[in-house]
Amino acid sequence: MKKNSKGSKALDLRLYVAGQTPRSLAAISNLKALCEEHLDGHYHIDVIDLVKNPTLAKDHQILAIPTLVRSLPVPIRKIIGDLSDTARVLVGLDIRAANKKRPAKPKAR
Amino acid sequence: MVKRSKPVVVQKLTALEKARSGIRGLDDITGGGLPKGRTTIVCGGPGCGKTMLGIEFLVRGALEFNEPGVLMAFEETPDEMATNVASLGFDLEDLAAKKKLFLDYVFVEPSEIQDTGDFDLEGLFIRLQNAVNEVGAKRVMLDTVEALFSTFSNSRILRAEFRRLFRWLKERGLTTVITAEKGDGTLTRYGLEEYVSDCVILLDHRVKDQISARRMRIVKYRGTKHGADEYPFLIDEQGMSVLPLTSLKLHHAASSERVSSGVPALDEMLEGEGYFRGSSVLLSGTAGSGKTTLAAYFADATCRRGERCLYIGLEESAGQNMRNMKSVGIDFEPWIAKGLFFHEAWRPTQFGLEMHLLRIHKLVEKVKPTTVIVDPITNFVSNSSGQEVESMLMRLMDFFKGAGITALLVSLTRGGALLERTEVGISSLADTWILLRDIELNGERNRCLYVLKSRGMAHSNQLREFIMTDHGIELIPAYVGSSGVLTGSSRVAQEAKERAEAAAREWEIQWKLQESDQKRLALQAQIAALQAELGSEERAIEQVSRENRDRENQAERDRNEMAKSRRAAD
Repeated sequence: MKKNSKGSKALDLRLYVAGQTPRSLAAISNLKALCEEHLDGHYHIDVIDLVKNPTLAKDHQILAIPTLVRSLPVPIRKIIGDLSDTARVLVGLDIRAANKKRPAKPKAR
Repeated sequence: MVKRSKPVVVQKLTALEKARSGIRGLDDITGGGLPKGRTTIVCGGPGCGKTMLGIEFLVRGALEFNEPGVLMAFEETPDEMATNVASLGFDLEDLAAKKKLFLDYVFVEPSEIQDTGDFDLEGLFIRLQNAVNEVGAKRVMLDTVEALFSTFSNSRILRAEFRRLFRWLKERGLTTVITAEKGDGTLTRYGLEEYVSDCVILLDHRVKDQISARRMRIVKYRGTKHGADEYPFLIDEQGMSVLPLTSLKLHHAASSERVSSGVPALDEMLEGEGYFRGSSVLLSGTAGSGKTTLAAYFADATCRRGERCLYIGLEESAGQNMRNMKSVGIDFEPWIAKGLFFHEAWRPTQFGLEMHLLRIHKLVEKVKPTTVIVDPITNFVSNSSGQEVESMLMRLMDFFKGAGITALLVSLTRGGALLERTEVGISSLADTWILLRDIELNGERNRCLYVLKSRGMAHSNQLREFIMTDHGIELIPAYVGSSGVLTGSSRVAQEAKERAEAAAREWEIQWKLQESDQKRLALQAQIAALQAELGSEERAIEQVSRENRDRENQAERDRNEMAKSRRAAD
């Protein structure tokens, strides 16, 4: 869990998973990769395992697994899926692709 | 060589276990309740009562059968649900507090969701498991899972998850009810019945002639015999009630006991004893012929015996009826106070036929009367076809017979029509038929009564005049003479005439007797006189003969004297 909040632009992300299923693990790694690439440290991730905390499923109204919740900045956004479709995730989180994230153009070195 | 015989495996045939719903009538038509440990779909149009059924199933399970339940609502919030069922006397919050019910509201706003890859609904399962664990639930209700279809666009995943869900529920032996909207031409809009095929119940709510009618049908119930017809049901302040079509088998036991009709003169016409207990009596007549009065006498007689009577009035209010009965000397107040007389009144146009039937069923169950009076039964015709009414009345009478209740049904016949043809043709179903008829003669209308039929007894076939006096009903044999039946003042006149004639004859006889008496006396006097004469004659004869004797004696004595004197002189 990376704790690296910097200023008001920081994203507060919560990922709900259920146990150590492949899908859950994939979602976690996809999220980490995505954040590292596009958010430049302006984020905070919490991974909540509903198997360990089942009551949270009801309290936070979680149905699908995995679910990613962006609680900050408002409005709250919920995204479901293993986060393999990066473009969608970015749209869902309302993140502009980092400028340095030019589609991997092989640089002529 | 050792003979090896295959071990015989005897499979125990276990019947499908059922979970009782506690819903009146539903357990009858399903043969015991919903399939235990399996899922039942309740489908139907909006507002037909699906949610109500599911909730009642849960609540009664928790309260009556010690099976806590989980309610997962996908459309309404628990507060909304609690308010909706509060009017039925179900306190959801209280049950939740007592850990008998777990309420979970699943809300996912569609706009929040974006598919970014593969997912499943494990969150739902986790919540469900948690809920089941919290209260030790045996029953689950999901209302309505279809809401997920509008939330999640990926129907492939959704359907796979549904399949998993129902397997999951089955594995844990949870008796589940799910509600689903009826589709166009299909049972459910999203075809859920594919995954749930153990039991499907279809609810219907239709409006006919401005009257709403609810119907329930068990479309499918795997592995068991169930009623396959459409059953009417209603939802009232005690919950849901299903009206099972009472099996119209003629299996009733017949009683030989008799009950008085309340009018001694009428009892006389019925072999002196009255109606058979448990029989059905049809009382028909034109308006104003005294039917309600006779019915009231019967009710009174019932209460006097210490039995309960249920009076169902479909024309007059209770107050009006009681006031009218007071004028003929029947007071129901003391019986009401003793809890023996129950009067319920409502208009036939208020409900559909099944509702009437159901209401009467419920009243009878509550009151447990030995006699029931329905006054009148002919009002039903106004808002339904004659055949439907007849069918309903047949079921009603069947129900009464099955319960051993003596039923008195009052029927109004339109004047002018053949009185022997009742409007609804149920006369053949009644055991006793009493006809009240008006006879018009000499500018008067007088009431007459006769017993058209009474099965199982030698009833009188006389026509009697029906008079209401202030000390009860009197049935006077009508005068049937050369001029026909005379009633009323004609009868009185005729009776007076007869009395006069009788008096005249009497007087004549008296006079004749007197005359002959006098004659006899006269003759006797004559005889006396003759006898006197005879007597004196006899005395005269006797006198003469005595004198003769005396003379002869003297003559002889003289001769002797003479002889003596002659001899002496010699």
